[in-house]
Amino acid sequence: MSPSHHMDFTDEQLERYSRHIILKELGGKGQQRLLAAKVLVVGAGGLGAPLLLYLAAAGVGTLAIVDDDVVDLSNLQRQVIHDTVSIGTPKVVSAAKRIEGLNPDVKVEQINRRLTAGNAAALFAPYDIIVDGSDNFETRLAVSDAAVEAGKTLVSAAIGPFEGQIATFSPHTGDDQPCYRCFMPAVPEGRQETCSDRGILGAVAGIIGSLQALEVMKQITNIGDRLTGRMMIFDTLSLRSRIIKLRREAGCPACGERPMP
Amino acid sequence: MQEPKMMHLTINGEVKRLNQGMNVTMMLSAMELSSKKVAVERNRIIVPRSEHGTTTLMEGDILEIVHFIGGG
Repeated sequence: MSPSHHMDFTDEQLERYSRHIILKELGGKGQQRLLAAKVLVVGAGGLGAPLLLYLAAAGVGTLAIVDDDVVDLSNLQRQVIHDTVSIGTPKVVSAAKRIEGLNPDVKVEQINRRLTAGNAAALFAPYDIIVDGSDNFETRLAVSDAAVEAGKTLVSAAIGPFEGQIATFSPHTGDDQPCYRCFMPAVPEGRQETCSDRGILGAVAGIIGSLQALEVMKQITNIGDRLTGRMMIFDTLSLRSRIIKLRREAGCPACGERPMP
Repeated sequence: MQEPKMMHLTINGEVKRLNQGMNVTMMLSAMELSSKKVAVERNRIIVPRSEHGTTTLMEGDILEIVHFIGGG
């Protein structure tokens, strides 16, 4: 690390992020990128809880949280950012309080609203990366379409009772790059089952949310292999994981108006 | 009448015998699956829906049916 990087940090920051700065892949430069990053997270639930905690601890400078739900007792088995005393309070308030106690470097923006196809693109405009940890397919498609429209990278993850899927969609970076709607064109027919209907083992949310935080940090700092245009599928019962390549769908209503590669 | 020639492929980790010349659309309908509810992965690459009807399966292909999950 060059001496000039030291000058960009306070003494407290040098100590707080010392285990990051010492990493040769990350260094002071990577930590500066984290501090300068503006990230919007959709959902402060099972995925959002570990995701927000790790991004905040890492010093991601601006964290916006979009969620219109309140903390429920049944959330606490997995949503580790919330406390028993926060039951009944908005999740964005509870999460922001925890983050403020964890790291004063982080500016938290609370968006206590339901994200819709109508408001998403405007909400996304000030941020560099959009991170989806929402709990339903309608929101996932609205998030993706707005990210495509706004030209933002989307780090998306989803969980089932014992499984997870993580992918990064960045169609504005290349004609070979798909969007989430290329992968899932519409809300699947039939009854939609959520974590509250089907159940979920708490640590599954922790693992997948932490992998999602890792992917966000790698996207910000440009280190290692990233999941751009690829999906990691993790079955926690067998402990098997695989990475698959995603493809563009010709005529995708969200991102199809570009030449096919 | 001549029997159709068979091929062996792996679907969701299990070896299956299918008629040679089948494409992804035919495989999904044989499995009674809707292409709107699943994505199909062939040899670690997603087959776009617009190519399901023209993607002919080959001996030794490894296929996975990827179900959509939406929980968070």
